[in-house]
Amino acid sequence: MDITFENVTYIYQQNTPFAHKAIQDLSFHIESGSIVAIIGHTGSGKSTLIQHLNGLSVPTEGEVRIGEYRLSQEHKPKDMKELRSRVGVVFQYPEHQLFEETVAKDIAFGPQNFGVPEAVIKERIKDVIPAVGLSESVLERSPFDLSGGQMRRVAIAGVLAVKPDVLVLDEPTAGLDPRGQKEIMDMFYRLHNEQDLTTVLVTHSMEDALKYADRILILNKGTKFMEGTPEEVFSQKEALQSVQLDVPEMVQFLNRFEEKFGQQIPFRNQSVEEIAQMIQQIIKELNQDE
Amino acid sequence: MRKKLVEFRNVSFRYGDEGPWVLKNCSFEIYENEWVAIIGHNGSGKSTIAKLLNGLLFPQEGEIIIDGKQVNEESIWNIRKEVGMVFQNPDNQFVGATVQDDVAFGMENRGVPREEMNKRISETLKAVRMQDYRLTEPHRLSGGQKQRVAIASVLAISPKVLILDEATAMLDPSGRKEIMETVGSIQDQRGLSLITITHDLQEVVQADRVIVMNNGELWKESTPREIFTQKEALRKIGLDVPFVAILTEELKHAGVHLGAAPLNHEELLEDLWTLHSRT
Repeated sequence: MDITFENVTYIYQQNTPFAHKAIQDLSFHIESGSIVAIIGHTGSGKSTLIQHLNGLSVPTEGEVRIGEYRLSQEHKPKDMKELRSRVGVVFQYPEHQLFEETVAKDIAFGPQNFGVPEAVIKERIKDVIPAVGLSESVLERSPFDLSGGQMRRVAIAGVLAVKPDVLVLDEPTAGLDPRGQKEIMDMFYRLHNEQDLTTVLVTHSMEDALKYADRILILNKGTKFMEGTPEEVFSQKEALQSVQLDVPEMVQFLNRFEEKFGQQIPFRNQSVEEIAQMIQQIIKELNQDE
Repeated sequence: MRKKLVEFRNVSFRYGDEGPWVLKNCSFEIYENEWVAIIGHNGSGKSTIAKLLNGLLFPQEGEIIIDGKQVNEESIWNIRKEVGMVFQNPDNQFVGATVQDDVAFGMENRGVPREEMNKRISETLKAVRMQDYRLTEPHRLSGGQKQRVAIASVLAISPKVLILDEATAMLDPSGRKEIMETVGSIQDQRGLSLITITHDLQEVVQADRVIVMNNGELWKESTPREIFTQKEALRKIGLDVPFVAILTEELKHAGVHLGAAPLNHEELLEDLWTLHSRT
């Protein structure tokens, strides 16, 4: 589903002394089937943006369009539930939302609320369990007996069981060890491709944005600061630093390499191996010149 | 001689009498004015170590000594004055109605006089750059801001040992950097032992020493420089090495051999420069 924000402003507690503008005149477009990373430091409006994707918040001004759903002061969908069944949100630390006696019941909770028949839910559970890298042996166990990483997978399975078209991930790797982080991101990447999802990834990790996103949207003070492909965005080091964001470590290193050796290695999202070979080449040439 | 502030002697721990051992015969020491990072996969026993350090849990076997005192039921109230702890989720550690009330809470429990309390609130909130939020209600803060207040609350008690149990995991990169710089400078000034439990490799590089946990056992104890030369072994136990270590290894494959293992960009570039000007 295509997602469009058109001049969206959102004000918390409007007409009170606590009124606070979290998003201001924000416009952008996410193409159906793409992975878009949303980056911004704490308080930049990322969480508020997410809440607009499934109608938890409705714009104070402007309009949000998700597929054929329109969200604005004039157009509030009559059936917000339907929108929410199409947009699955994996919130931060989703394992904190587990509550049922068994893993199977927990996964079933979402689809049950959307009126999916029991027989269909059973089928879906069978599909999502391997999709999130769990085995069926966990189904009858209490989710609270599982490890942190497994609990997160159960929570994600619960979102997937609703069969959303859009998957919104709010810092999905927070708190996981390096292997867990890689496994979870690789899993989302696979699911994205297999199920033709549109994926919105909110992350602090420039490395993940670089590796997985088609496009990157940088937020600052509630509005769009920059937008483009990872290569475009991460070549603007000074601009990013002006809003206290870093470029991925590889880009930082390449910049410093250029400062020291006077030779540029252009950043094209290469592998570390390729970078190493280019450095080797440059050093060799420098030595030959002398 | 350096003063030993923390000592684990053959410590084993499990939850309940039947559960699997989550810590197995762990021994290590941490000194005054030392920064030790504890790393390990999820479930390797890192957080259990933190909880044992200030008596939230007690070991079934072995003993834990903090500043010369054994941690037990009688000593925990004194131990907790010495050991400050900041957890991962700031929402679970707020008690005050305003930021300054929250920072004051720990000091009130310890009978710090009002004048001194006011001074420390200003000091510590300034150290974490939250001085403009003294009267703000905690629930109006973002996650990162909450965590900075939590760190201020702990610092206000002037502990000898400061434990950050994945305390920066929920912060953004610049927030993370700020906290680590703040905590690092406070550690230098006050000479406290700093124990950071983390998955963030940049935090690990800053530490004086690293303890690597694997399946409840102390897998290795060394300097960050030495630890990060073991890429394959670390990956086997679910961990990773920083970009600089990966690039150093790839350079080696490409025929560029650097001397000692560089730990950061400066060192790596310096090594490359030396190599280039030598030949």
